[in-house]
Amino acid sequence: MRLYATAVYLFLYLPIGIIALFSLSAGRSATQLQGISIKWYGRALNNPFVMEALWTSVKVAFVSAVLASVVGTMAALALTGMKGRLRAGFDLMVHVAVMIPGIVIGIATLIALVSVFDIVNPWLEAASGYRLSMGFGSLVAAHGLFTMSLVVLIVRGRMEALDRALIEASNDLGAGSLATFRQVTLPLIAPAILAGFLLSFTFSFDDFIIAFFVAGSETTLPIYVFSSIRRGVTPEINAIGTMVMVASLGLLIVAQLMLRRGDARRQ
Amino acid sequence: MALTQKQTRWLLLTPAGLWYAALLLLPLAVVLIFSFGERNAVGGYAPGFTFEQYANLPARFAAFRNTMTLAPLGTLAALLIAYPLAYFLAVKVSSRWKTTLLVLVIVPFWTSILIRSYAWIFLLGGRGIPALFDWVGIEGVRLINTPFAVLIGIVYGYLPLMVFPIYVALEKLDKQLLEAAADLGTPPWRSFLQITLPLSMPGVLTGTMLVFILLMGEFLIPAILGGGKVFFVGNALVDLFLQSRNWAFGSAVAVALVVIMLIVVTLYGRLARRFSVGRDDVGLM
Repeated sequence: MRLYATAVYLFLYLPIGIIALFSLSAGRSATQLQGISIKWYGRALNNPFVMEALWTSVKVAFVSAVLASVVGTMAALALTGMKGRLRAGFDLMVHVAVMIPGIVIGIATLIALVSVFDIVNPWLEAASGYRLSMGFGSLVAAHGLFTMSLVVLIVRGRMEALDRALIEASNDLGAGSLATFRQVTLPLIAPAILAGFLLSFTFSFDDFIIAFFVAGSETTLPIYVFSSIRRGVTPEINAIGTMVMVASLGLLIVAQLMLRRGDARRQ
Repeated sequence: MALTQKQTRWLLLTPAGLWYAALLLLPLAVVLIFSFGERNAVGGYAPGFTFEQYANLPARFAAFRNTMTLAPLGTLAALLIAYPLAYFLAVKVSSRWKTTLLVLVIVPFWTSILIRSYAWIFLLGGRGIPALFDWVGIEGVRLINTPFAVLIGIVYGYLPLMVFPIYVALEKLDKQLLEAAADLGTPPWRSFLQITLPLSMPGVLTGTMLVFILLMGEFLIPAILGGGKVFFVGNALVDLFLQSRNWAFGSAVAVALVVIMLIVVTLYGRLARRFSVGRDDVGLM
């Protein structure tokens, strides 16, 4: 049994380890270790295409995660304890957004936005000389749709586990609903919101398939990596991959710590 | 100005509602409408009302066949590998190590699946496992760009998602049941089959459902490890929308994919419910 578990862990971590190892290769081959150096990390960090793609990914991930956290938290606050048709409708949309394959979301967003832009652009151009096109905005909108649903699920879960007595006590003591929210509810759900934000950021940063459809003229880091892989594997891609994984891991650990702290505070 | 509870609620829900309307409901409606339309001569979409696109679906039969064989196979393989591990973590590991070991299983899932699939190019490519086979005298083994490579990628990519729900179900299992069975002289394999396995079924069902749903829409793993030879519906969709720009037909393929997914999930859910109702007597103990 123990042997089996060890084998599965090896299976899980060996491929990742090999990428990290080969990223340290001093030679040109991506599949053979020829001396140890960190030169490919330097090469990757000095490649303007990589840096531009990285910067696009970070911007999209940050903006979409902020919007998803704010809008998702607002919705979660309203939905907690709510019943009736409106609640059922929202629940349905949250679940549809999470369940529909990412590829279908990507396609649907692409053809809907392109069609809308085709209708709107002649008017807009005549009025302001400005045209709408796929790019940063559509990336943020499409990623935010999915991650907002994650935030709703996480924050609502925390809200429903909250001790209602605290909020009622605050109201009874004469605190207005805004004061109660700021001084009681918000501090209690803050860890859940932050965890939702970090998961949203990670999702957006790692997403390939939705971005592939809606990125327009922009290139995110996963899109860059994918098109590089198509041209062949290089130690530079290994270095980028290793850095991306380390960054995702860091965010994940912070998200976990946040959720953990929220649990501790509640008890 | 004080807002009534109802006003506050509307204010809080409006941004999310608009977001869902503009970027979920509208796009899905557009896909549905386009699937009944025609292809524009220069690519894209021309309005129309025809069932031609749906009649043309058999043209992508191979993609649907590959998806509908490799997705269930991959799910099954992931289950067979995940179950013993989940069992080990839930039942055998001391509580001191439990969380750490569980986190170690889940962590890879939250890192880029693109890079994790890419890693297998090394292991399955000419200098990886085939070279090992060469070394022991079995020559000419080719792994990369085969269905087997895609299957490995699938199991590797989705194993964490399978382990977690099964672990949760097994963790909740009352160990006294097993002790009681042992006291009554039940051999371990029998108490596993009659107690542990049935009680862990909810986790198994959640895990298989999650993995299966995600696999139906998979694109990256076949694209990276199948090398254009083993393609899924997802790969056909990328081709139809980004290369040949046949939006009407592509929409019909997307609708067909979602419909098949819904049918499978509904049937599976129903089967699962019947199965767990049949086992309710165990649950009542």
